[in-house]
Amino acid sequence: MEIFFQQVLNGLTLGGIYSLVALGLTLVYGILHVPNFAHGAFYMVGAFIAYTLMTQWGVNYWLAMLGAGVVVAVLAAVAERLVFHPLRNASGLHPMIAAIGLLLFLEAGVQVIWGPDFLRMPTPYTGIFDIGGVTAPAQRLLIIAAAFTLMLALHLFLTRTVMGSTIIAMAQNREGASLVGIDANRVAMLTFAVSGVLAAFAATLYAPINLVYPAMGHLVITKAFVIIILGGMGSVPGAILGGLIIGFAESFGAFYVSDHYKDIIAFVALVVILSFRPQGIFKGAH
Amino acid sequence: MMNRLHGPLGWALLLLAGLVFPFVTGNDYHLTVMSTAYLFAIATLGLNLIVGYTGQFNLAHAGFMAIGAYTVGILTVDHGYSYWLSFFMAGAVTVAVGLPLGWVSLRLKGHYFSIFTLCVGYIIYLVIEKWDDLTHGPVGIIGIPAPEPIGDFGFETPRAQYYLMFFFLVLGVWVMRRIANSLLGRTFMAIRNGDELAEALGINLMRNKLTAFLISVLYAGWAGALYAGFVRFLGPDLAGVHHTFDMTMYMLVGGLGTLIGPLLGSISVPWLTQYLQFLQEYRFVIFGPILILLVIYLPHGVVGTWLGWRARQAAAARAQAKPE
Repeated sequence: MEIFFQQVLNGLTLGGIYSLVALGLTLVYGILHVPNFAHGAFYMVGAFIAYTLMTQWGVNYWLAMLGAGVVVAVLAAVAERLVFHPLRNASGLHPMIAAIGLLLFLEAGVQVIWGPDFLRMPTPYTGIFDIGGVTAPAQRLLIIAAAFTLMLALHLFLTRTVMGSTIIAMAQNREGASLVGIDANRVAMLTFAVSGVLAAFAATLYAPINLVYPAMGHLVITKAFVIIILGGMGSVPGAILGGLIIGFAESFGAFYVSDHYKDIIAFVALVVILSFRPQGIFKGAH
Repeated sequence: MMNRLHGPLGWALLLLAGLVFPFVTGNDYHLTVMSTAYLFAIATLGLNLIVGYTGQFNLAHAGFMAIGAYTVGILTVDHGYSYWLSFFMAGAVTVAVGLPLGWVSLRLKGHYFSIFTLCVGYIIYLVIEKWDDLTHGPVGIIGIPAPEPIGDFGFETPRAQYYLMFFFLVLGVWVMRRIANSLLGRTFMAIRNGDELAEALGINLMRNKLTAFLISVLYAGWAGALYAGFVRFLGPDLAGVHHTFDMTMYMLVGGLGTLIGPLLGSISVPWLTQYLQFLQEYRFVIFGPILILLVIYLPHGVVGTWLGWRARQAAAARAQAKPE
């Protein structure tokens, strides 16, 4: 039974991180209908910024996370303006290729600045708790708490603030939103900024139990895509639920099926599910 | 004069240039760079069929190239097959894997198709990396034999290798030209212009998309098989999505949905990278923004833009020639 709860804990950790990354991706898709392949690069840049703030400047963990959030938010908003805004009327293929260009640029840029090596991010929370036989490293508990707090904060932002409501309105109906005076350009930049913040926070939370390197975003972003396809592209609850499903599938799959192949589980789940339901699990049709 | 460069004469000049290239350079390194460029040009031709002509952005293309390459690697090294038998097996295996994958993924449209194939590519990569018993895992396959001589013509020297790649590239271009100009090619382009429109014309969407997909992955598989016999070492990295991104760039620089565009792109970009060698690892600091600028300002690529300009010129000339 301890083993079972251990996997639950791992599942919540993974699921929390995946959900945060997938939320940013799904918000951007909801507004611009662009699968932002560069989202994993935002995640990666966030980890590098936080790493540098902590190791070079001696900034505290939480402030470093905040700093990474701000930098990546600005980066994402600028990317929207320079890359995706000029392509808002282009066909489906071209924004995808532009996103790939952005991804390649950011990865190469990070390699120029920080080099290709694997870096280890320090964390002040190294303790290990023992909850009824389940070993719980402090950082994992922290990830779970922070991820769900962030999801709650995002929910409140989207539903309780005017700024957040403009994002929802725009995702629901572009023309309608324009008619009531919502500035489409501002909302697009805002959405990118929010997605950047979420990616940077997720990266800073997860990096201490993982490593920091230029390709660190690849697997996470690909899984985030699996999640938003499963949850319905553009759906906020779908991204959270999808993230948890994949997180649990991986932690239980790694233990009960095969640790060696754990990274494939998410993709196989996608292939199997889409073979039977091309429209995803939670959606009637797209 | 310029107009005559378009038809058979232009192709004949390119063919001649390819044939005399080894005599002009005399440098084995240049031959290797060019042969590698031809390899990826063959795969890019295939990618262009599904993306440029049919409008389905398949991000698993490098995965299929790796399937072809690994078929040759596994059969020759572990099972003692001859290179040429493995070469044909590579085509068969790629299509056999492509058929179910294509059938599942082509039921999805637009972005869903691209994201799904991105995941398929990742599965192929992970399977190659993890399945040690079959693929030798991260160590890779070492010591793949060069293609056996055909008659008196051996393939050990860089020059012979060059002509082998060149032969398959010419064959690939010729077949692709036949496809693009046939009813099948027109059908693919109709699908690119819109699923509903194509269906209204009585086109069976699934069957034609799947046909385009299978021809496309066959190009990738055989390009991979040639890669195995040329580089003679294979690692899981070949299946990485960055190779698909590279080929996308070649295609876009030249011009999506043209025949000559992807060809010129896949030959010129590697040479450009050679000259920017100090950048090798960091080349995307430059190519990333170039890709974005191209998509924004020159979405039809160099060749596509030029063809469009020429068509407008011709139209203007006709309009002037007409009496009022």
